[in-house]
Amino acid sequence: MEIKLTLNGKPVTASIDADTLLIDFVRDHGCYSVKRGCETANCGLCTVLMDGTPVLSCSVLAARAAGHHVQTLEGLQEEAEDFVGFIADQGAEQCGFCNPGFVMNTIALLRENPDPTDDEIRAYLAGNLCRCSGYEGQLRGIRAYLDSRKGAQA
Amino acid sequence: MLTIGQYVRPESLDEAYALCQKKNNVVLGGMLWLKMQHRNVGTAIDLCGLGLDRIEEDENEYRIGAMVPLRALEQHAGLAALTGGAMEEAVRHIVGVQFRNCATVGGSLWGRFGFSDVLTLFLALDATVTLHHAGEMPLADFAALPRTTRDILTQVTVPKAPRRVAYQSQRNISTDFPVLTCALSEREGTYTCVIGARPMPAVAFADEGGVLAQGITEDSARAFAEDIASRVALGGNTRASADYRREICKVLVRRAALALSKEG
Amino acid sequence: MSENKFRVVSRPVRKKDAMQLLLGKPAYVDDVTPHDCLVVKVLRSPHAHALIEEINTDIAMKVPRIACVFTYKDVPQKRFTMAGQTFPEPSPYDRLILDRRVRFVGDAVAIVAGESEKAVDKALKLIKVKYQVLEPVLDIHTAKNNKILVHPEDSWRSLCPVGADNQRNLCASESCGDGDVDAVLASCDEVVDHVYHTKACQQAMMETFRTYTEIDHYGRLHIISSTQIVFHVRRIIANALDIPKSKIHVEKPRIGGGFGAKQTVVAEVYPALVTWKTGKPAKMIYTREECQIAGSPRHEMEVHVRVGANRDGVIRAIDVYTLSNTGAFGEHGPTTVGLSGHKSIPLYTGNLEAFRFAYDVVYTNMQAAGAYRGYGATQGIFAVESAVSELADRLGIDPVAIREKNMVREGQVMTAYYNEQADACALDRCMERCKEIFGWDEKYPVRDMGNGKVRTAGVAMAMQGSGISGVDVGSATIKLSDEGFYNLMIGAADMGTGCDTILAQMAAECLDCSLEDIAVFGADSDASPYDSGSYASSTTYVTGKAVEKACEQLKENICAVAADLLNCKPDELEFAGRAVRRIDGTGEVSLFDIATKSMCGNSTAVEATVSHSSPISPPPFMVGMVEIELDRETGQVDVLDYAAVVDCGTPVNPNLARVQTEGGIVQGIGMALFEDVTYEPTGRIVENSFMQYKIPTRLDMGKLRVEFESSYEQSGPFGAKSIGEIVINTPSPAIAHAIAHATGVWHRELPITPEKVLRGIRKGQE
Repeated sequence: MEIKLTLNGKPVTASIDADTLLIDFVRDHGCYSVKRGCETANCGLCTVLMDGTPVLSCSVLAARAAGHHVQTLEGLQEEAEDFVGFIADQGAEQCGFCNPGFVMNTIALLRENPDPTDDEIRAYLAGNLCRCSGYEGQLRGIRAYLDSRKGAQA
Repeated sequence: MLTIGQYVRPESLDEAYALCQKKNNVVLGGMLWLKMQHRNVGTAIDLCGLGLDRIEEDENEYRIGAMVPLRALEQHAGLAALTGGAMEEAVRHIVGVQFRNCATVGGSLWGRFGFSDVLTLFLALDATVTLHHAGEMPLADFAALPRTTRDILTQVTVPKAPRRVAYQSQRNISTDFPVLTCALSEREGTYTCVIGARPMPAVAFADEGGVLAQGITEDSARAFAEDIASRVALGGNTRASADYRREICKVLVRRAALALSKEG
Repeated sequence: MSENKFRVVSRPVRKKDAMQLLLGKPAYVDDVTPHDCLVVKVLRSPHAHALIEEINTDIAMKVPRIACVFTYKDVPQKRFTMAGQTFPEPSPYDRLILDRRVRFVGDAVAIVAGESEKAVDKALKLIKVKYQVLEPVLDIHTAKNNKILVHPEDSWRSLCPVGADNQRNLCASESCGDGDVDAVLASCDEVVDHVYHTKACQQAMMETFRTYTEIDHYGRLHIISSTQIVFHVRRIIANALDIPKSKIHVEKPRIGGGFGAKQTVVAEVYPALVTWKTGKPAKMIYTREECQIAGSPRHEMEVHVRVGANRDGVIRAIDVYTLSNTGAFGEHGPTTVGLSGHKSIPLYTGNLEAFRFAYDVVYTNMQAAGAYRGYGATQGIFAVESAVSELADRLGIDPVAIREKNMVREGQVMTAYYNEQADACALDRCMERCKEIFGWDEKYPVRDMGNGKVRTAGVAMAMQGSGISGVDVGSATIKLSDEGFYNLMIGAADMGTGCDTILAQMAAECLDCSLEDIAVFGADSDASPYDSGSYASSTTYVTGKAVEKACEQLKENICAVAADLLNCKPDELEFAGRAVRRIDGTGEVSLFDIATKSMCGNSTAVEATVSHSSPISPPPFMVGMVEIELDRETGQVDVLDYAAVVDCGTPVNPNLARVQTEGGIVQGIGMALFEDVTYEPTGRIVENSFMQYKIPTRLDMGKLRVEFESSYEQSGPFGAKSIGEIVINTPSPAIAHAIAHATGVWHRELPITPEKVLRGIRKGQE
């Protein structure tokens, strides 16, 4: 079947199978940031934004994304660059495999709640597993970013 | 591995209903559970074009479209007020935000999953569901329907009548399936206590003995919890034994009752 | 922390690849290899133990776009091990790529390769197998000397004297000791005597096993794999395919986590066979389910501990017997078990009069185990530390005090650790500092919060090693390049730990340049100098020293070129970072000019390769303290606060050392409370996905606080020891300790689930 959607701001028309998953579709279109970490919708590595909402691309049919705006980290580099340096300053990226999903969901969090508490950060990102960092460094990085932003405003 | 032959977005519920009469065809919810199955689907029927992703209300009720994601339930101010925060409490533990953006209320209820927090809470809210063909029916009646029913769940309706609700669940780890769920609601002195993740699907109990009739105290809450725990059928699975669930049942029901009394 | 005397070392610099990874740039196997290659999958056994009577692949081969289907009839018949260890491997040669006998649920039965995943999935279903189902060995207690043999075959081989005997289901067996442990225990006032059980936990790295293979333009097999051990992969694949080592080239791109899992050649053999036989590029990507059922998890162990002490708390003897389950194959079986005693008993060197350590490692028809961070030490430390805490309770002594009384201290000879001397040991300072930042005296033992909830504290110590003494080889090649930057080539594998950056920090320190002047490359079996690989907490300590030495040698070479330019002798010169100067101050030449000269009319290589091996393996030390809140009505345990103080020698990069520690602690919390592995009676694993095997989320670990109390290890680079593994060892015993104080019940089997906690409380009330 043929679908049309917007991928990272660009219109895409493609021929797909009815059961093509969005994760495979975006990887086939060069968006290698999107990773598969499980088959059971538990890890959050495959997070993309669909019309601005973070979803698990492993569980969305590409066909269902037809007509929608899909964004991956490839399309949100500038927004990510705003804060990922603070994660790097903690060394919390570690192996990096979970990073794109984590960064995408953090983008969604900060759009929805620009000044979250630590507990709100933990709750929003609970569906993003990381086996390397123990999460604390990711939190420190986000906190440092938020503090720097407040400092800049003051 | 799941394979799908064809993907269709019907333009009407009638069209969707006609398609879903074929055994091999499936109505898509959030795709989360379907994707994990090893089966060959003929036609996947996607209701996403039918405007079922809205929560509407009038003075008597909330009408929640089948395609409303769990995350929308969690964030809905009206439902939060109606349930005293129980709506958020019931769904916030489910995997993660992205998962709850995908999972739909229709899919959650249609599955009548044993582990369902959603089914547990809605049973305590006197919710009804609307099936395209069979029409509106109490959620409890729907839960008892055979799973082979070929109909389409289009809407869940929650009456706005004032009530007090408390939701409790026990999990081995934060975002896991629950080991046991408990929703307790009170409306005009009538209590409904729902126990889910037994691990069979949730069931509702009334306060048949009138244990709470004189109000909720430490003692009556404890007696009520003992009563429910003695009546509910419980089983074991990898997450917990039936015995543990019975112990926990007493705790969750008692805590729910005490929470209800604090709501005033 | 003492004042930093280094310029680049001991600084919390960013990891060199951090921004690329955080911005999602393609870096891993499946991102950087072609997508139009053959898809490789494996048909897996539904039986724990069976012989293949018939296997028919005719129909499967007829599926369109299928390239090949291989069975046991198609593979070389020389047994090998998949364990990434130095040759001759202690792990027995007990594998074939495909065998007629299948030995666990999930064992490989056939390999299918095709042009699309759908075609391969279809073909897998169409392979007809007739099994002769055999009775499996599923109980570790009856495995040894069982009449049912997991490896009855004559071609089974053990290359090293580890006490292995396939006719007894024994993968290894040994005993050692010092003093008369029975006599000393008999004369002790108090002896704690218990058995502790830990499960086959999964590393659960986010990137599953995956490998791409192709034939390169020299006709060699080119393997791009997510591996910690490129050189071992070369040998193992050559052994498996029975081809010369020279025919194989292995490289790794970025690795999405390893934790030891990728110290075993789990996925590589399958696409390698396909490519070698068909000449076509192939790729295998393990599913998460395959990782869970056919990976290389921690060895399940039962550790029997006897600890004896006098009434005053002086610990006099420790007796440890470990029964380890290596599963269907022996990867890392003979070696992991050793750490269960050799890295737990020495913690109590202080007053120890005698010790004994014995073990059996048995084959069973369960998932084969492998290497997982901690490598046996984790299991042994859970047991010994739990026993010591219980001992403290029985004697009415504070558990911190009993440790302070008996712990190993700097300068002591650790008889249970191959008589190595603790030359650099700040364990005492770790304890003192941890006690202070944690607030031990306020939090221990119990605070009742009302509402059925209590808060309690627990403590544990740990040690590990720094590389395998006398075995591990680390190497570095460093060369001066255009304009005066440096290339650093290593064979160690950065799996997210940051070793590329850490080693570059050392090089920048030695060469008096900035971190940006060092370009790191690795790991590649053709291009990197030989390195055993990144495991056994070896890279910082062993390869780091090689980097330091290589830089010294390079400086000499650079001075030789400079001497030409300055018309003097090299010994009249000194290396000064961006230039080489005459010691007498009469002239200098810039590094830029030396680099330029090195590429024009020059015959002195401005390059140095040095290998390093250490005769000792200095232990890092650590103290962990945990505060939990336990719901006495439901048995739920919430970790509130975890304080840890680590002596890893000099932390080369304090940020990365801290994050290693935090990550290890959270994995340890998972092992203690959540991560279960259970078998159905058929031998099938229940926890075969992330839906069932629950690793901690960020809601499950409370608050973490990490500090360092550094010792200075003379034999290590810049005083460094190691950190990668030790960090997983304290949570299990510390949490079990805290739970015991909340409930009065010692839990000796992991994970300690709410149900087990509540059952314990109920039993105690009876």
